[in-house]
Amino acid sequence: MAKKNLMAITGAEAAAYAMKQIEPDVVAAYPITPQTPIVEYFAKYVADGEVRTEMIPVESEHSAMSAVVGAAAAGARAMTATSAQGLALMSEIVYIASSLRLPIVMGLVNRALSAPINIHCDHSDAMMVRDSGWIQLFCEDAQEVYDLTILAVRLAEHEDVRLPVMVNQDGFIISHGVEPVEVLPDDVVKKFVGELKPIYPLLDTDHPVTYGALDLYDYYFEHKRQQIEAMKHAYKVFPQIAEEFYKISGRKYDYVEPYRMEDAEYVMVALGSSNGTIKDVVDELRGEGKKVGLLKIRMFRPFPKAEIQRYLTARKAVVVLDRAASFGAEAPLYEAVKSALYEVAVRPLMGSFVYGLGGRDLKPEHVEYAFKRAMALDLVADKEEYLGLRE
Amino acid sequence: MAELKKWYELPIAGLIVEPGTARKYRTGDWRVKRPIYDRSKCIDCMFCWFYCPDQAIIQENGVMKGIDYFYCKGCGVCANVCPKSAIEMRPETEFVGKED
Ligand code: SF4
Ligand code: SF4
Repeated sequence: MAKKNLMAITGAEAAAYAMKQIEPDVVAAYPITPQTPIVEYFAKYVADGEVRTEMIPVESEHSAMSAVVGAAAAGARAMTATSAQGLALMSEIVYIASSLRLPIVMGLVNRALSAPINIHCDHSDAMMVRDSGWIQLFCEDAQEVYDLTILAVRLAEHEDVRLPVMVNQDGFIISHGVEPVEVLPDDVVKKFVGELKPIYPLLDTDHPVTYGALDLYDYYFEHKRQQIEAMKHAYKVFPQIAEEFYKISGRKYDYVEPYRMEDAEYVMVALGSSNGTIKDVVDELRGEGKKVGLLKIRMFRPFPKAEIQRYLTARKAVVVLDRAASFGAEAPLYEAVKSALYEVAVRPLMGSFVYGLGGRDLKPEHVEYAFKRAMALDLVADKEEYLGLRE
Repeated sequence: MAELKKWYELPIAGLIVEPGTARKYRTGDWRVKRPIYDRSKCIDCMFCWFYCPDQAIIQENGVMKGIDYFYCKGCGVCANVCPKSAIEMRPETEFVGKED
């Protein structure tokens, strides 16, 4: 393995740097806070001649996603990035990208959706498109952003998958926080991602194809079933690609990351950067002899149900932290975890905590409070509670 | 309707990977009214052939030869433009169980 090359960079720069090394054929993007630095850094690489990527500075996110859809259908490797309102504006084409089975990789810098207008982190943007057929990966820090952006290219383009991947990083918390990130040499990344093998490219004029034809009640259902299957394949091939990535980087990535779970009786489940805070609290409580642990969810779609079941069966209590609400229903991560645990032999007691909407900080004392409630077995499965809310 | 394929027998994404497949599509299935042609009234003016949006009027050397029910969607344009009322639109229910 090559010697370590550490850079002090933000999550946004980590994403842009990974994109530089991937050197996609096409990047179309529109700047939006807090994704803007990704576009800025990448535009600089293009202007400085460090990449040969065709960068399209489009007039909106709807056009950004439309342009990458067109590029990917033509047979190009295409990438973009956005946040919140940008994702909302492109959402029509987000659904089309996955339905057309185009292996696009998009960085999503998580930000609260308007209204009221807010630029800070929560996961409402990602959850808005949770059922759009994209693979969704959530990062805890800038290192994961860098690594998973590279890994995502292989996952998206795998011949049995052919689905777009969204690499989520928490707005500002990760995107604007400087951290040491270990980067790989350019040639190692180039070799890892390899050449895109286009399937049905529009530019292959010897084999003309039609994209986006009318598909009525006689075939639409069958095509949706294919997408369901592709997600199953994504789940299946992820460990193989992660293993290959481990070989070049020394960093292991699984669907989930268990933290001090061996004998844990009280387990917290969360997405994104909050996992860092939770790990600190777990260490603290472990120091006091409390049997607590964390199950960090890295892959949210496809949802790693089997891992959730394996790790959470027979624990005394599980608390799920959601950085998004589902108005009129259970919070998205909680709902998914709870549903997965329906089938386990010994169901844990469960509790749901929504936190951090619109960038509200999740403080260690909030995490500690949730753990204390779990340890007191003071949880009600049907009751959603809130951390850090004035009530 | 051609034999319908199963989900695992199809190209991904609803792509159409060979050209000209629209020809195989029996748009005649959409019809609720059927144009019935009366040769004795026809003067071969070709209005119907010219106006039909689905190229479902069969003609040979400028002679009207009838209607191709595989493609005819039953829009009624031909009956509407015919100067001799040689085409009459009849409900499909009258033809249930009968060959095209
Ligand atoms: S009914 Fe319409 S589709 Fe059918 S033959 Fe007449 S014009 Fe053509
Ligand atoms: S429009 Fe009427 S008269 Fe003219 S060719 Fe058609 S059926 Fe015959």
